[in-house]
Amino acid sequence: MRGSEMYHYRMRRLVDDLMRVLVWLALVVALIPLFSILGEVFSKGVPHLNVDVLISPMPTVGEQGGGIGNAIQGTLITIFLASIMGVPLGVLSGILLSEYGEFKLSSAVRFFNDVLSGFPSIVIGIFSYTVIVTSIGFSVMAAAFALAIIMVPIITRTTEEALKIVPLTVREAALALGIPRWKTLIYIVIRGAKRGIVTGILLAIARVAGESAPILITMGYWRWWFSGLNKPVANLALNIYLFAISPFDNWRNLAWVSALTLTAMILIINVFLRIFTKEKYI
Amino acid sequence: MKDFREKLRGDYLLLLLTGASASSVFIIICLIIYKLIEGSWLSIQRFGIGFFIGTEWDPAISQTFGALPLVFGTLVTSGIALLIGVPISLGVGLVLSEYMPRQLSFATSFVIELLAAIPSVIYGLWGIFTLAPFLRDNVYPYLQALLGFTPLFSGPIYGGGVLTAGIILAIMIVPTISSISRDVFSAVPNSLREAVISLGATRWEAVKIVMSYARSGVIGAVVLGLGRAVGETMAVTMVIGNRFQVFPSSLFDAWYTLAAIIANEFTEATYDLYLSALIEVGLVLFLFTLMINILARIIILRALGPMRGIARE
Repeated sequence: MRGSEMYHYRMRRLVDDLMRVLVWLALVVALIPLFSILGEVFSKGVPHLNVDVLISPMPTVGEQGGGIGNAIQGTLITIFLASIMGVPLGVLSGILLSEYGEFKLSSAVRFFNDVLSGFPSIVIGIFSYTVIVTSIGFSVMAAAFALAIIMVPIITRTTEEALKIVPLTVREAALALGIPRWKTLIYIVIRGAKRGIVTGILLAIARVAGESAPILITMGYWRWWFSGLNKPVANLALNIYLFAISPFDNWRNLAWVSALTLTAMILIINVFLRIFTKEKYI
Repeated sequence: MKDFREKLRGDYLLLLLTGASASSVFIIICLIIYKLIEGSWLSIQRFGIGFFIGTEWDPAISQTFGALPLVFGTLVTSGIALLIGVPISLGVGLVLSEYMPRQLSFATSFVIELLAAIPSVIYGLWGIFTLAPFLRDNVYPYLQALLGFTPLFSGPIYGGGVLTAGIILAIMIVPTISSISRDVFSAVPNSLREAVISLGATRWEAVKIVMSYARSGVIGAVVLGLGRAVGETMAVTMVIGNRFQVFPSSLFDAWYTLAAIIANEFTEATYDLYLSALIEVGLVLFLFTLMINILARIIILRALGPMRGIARE
């Protein structure tokens, strides 16, 4: 090779090596926050974690101690109510998208589901406010309604994908035996896709468990235990916000304990699903 | 015959049930639009177009509401997020699809996606107590020493503020953009890479070809990331400082975004017009994200064509 060619070749090699380093660096930079967040939540949450904190209700201003018991209870109740509304709607929509090719609006449903899942959760909170809070007041029902709307597109998508994995031959075999289509779907196809559907539901639950913006709009702060469907309940994610911006030390400690509880819940669901399903649903 | 008809009845019932559920997405979206307009009607009537070009937000005395600075704040923080987040996301997407063995790439993708699973409010908590103090002590002083001659980087350093909000948003959009761009990069046919490399190209030169092939999908991913950044609420509220002003004095100063003002003032809105103005802010935010999302989905769907399923999330 002539000198200039040699130089050109070296430059190309140099750029190649440089870019290799840069892309790996990007990966490292992207992972630092994750480990920092997990490390901080763990190291600041664990020292204050004990049974008392997990079962006692939130402290009043100036009160020492206190805990996140009512927030855990409230979060579970809200998620439960949201699931009652969101799960059937999502699963049924998913069934339609996967099984009824003759339905003309399928691609539009898919498209708007994706669009709906991109809406900011605070907007959905305002929607729930205008529909429910204005009629029955700040309440766990209003919060559950907002969370259900957030859950539906997630469950629809994962249900559809789970059903599509069930081989076509299973449906054909059942139909060939003279079993009606609806029975084939409900008793055979859905049973085959059960795992995937449950995965989707749990993912949706993990997602809404961490929502705080719509909770703030639909329930506000609530210091007490659950006391009726038309009253608010406390919430873990919202507690983190309230505690974090407070000036009291014990409140801030509770923020970290809440964060630890919430993160543990969400990570366990995610890791568990990934290990036991071995499918990519997210 | 009667038996047969009964069988069909079950079919109709299930089709009706699933069809109604699936169609509810249209009803929900229409209802959201209707209810937001209804809720903000008071403010729309009172301020009209002035709401969008007004630069005053005074609930206490004159009861005037203008949202332009909030739009600025949202655009600037999201812009910073893209500026920082897009190169990192593309790098991650490339590592995962081009530089890593398949098995390792699978595991790493999962770890990156965990970033998306962490709730916004925990980012905010981390932002207040870890990121902001770190930036205040170890990054911003040097940035100021280097670039302090421009107005962007002058002025007092609090730790929170516009730049910190942008950085947190950048971290939050990385999983979105990188996982979609990984998918579009992986969808590029292998024969293309092989052809380019057989001509004597280096790895990076082949990657450049892959990137140009996947360009429109990447653009879609970036737009989707933008949508996420625009609508992000709690993390931003907790670090941006929440001060209503047309322009902050520098990137270290406090500001406001559309989503942040709703989260911060909604529970304090004491009279109807105030509440209505906040709902109208929500309407603006909604229309923003609606446009961004529709745009992103169309770009991604078009880029991936038959590869449906990847274009989601």
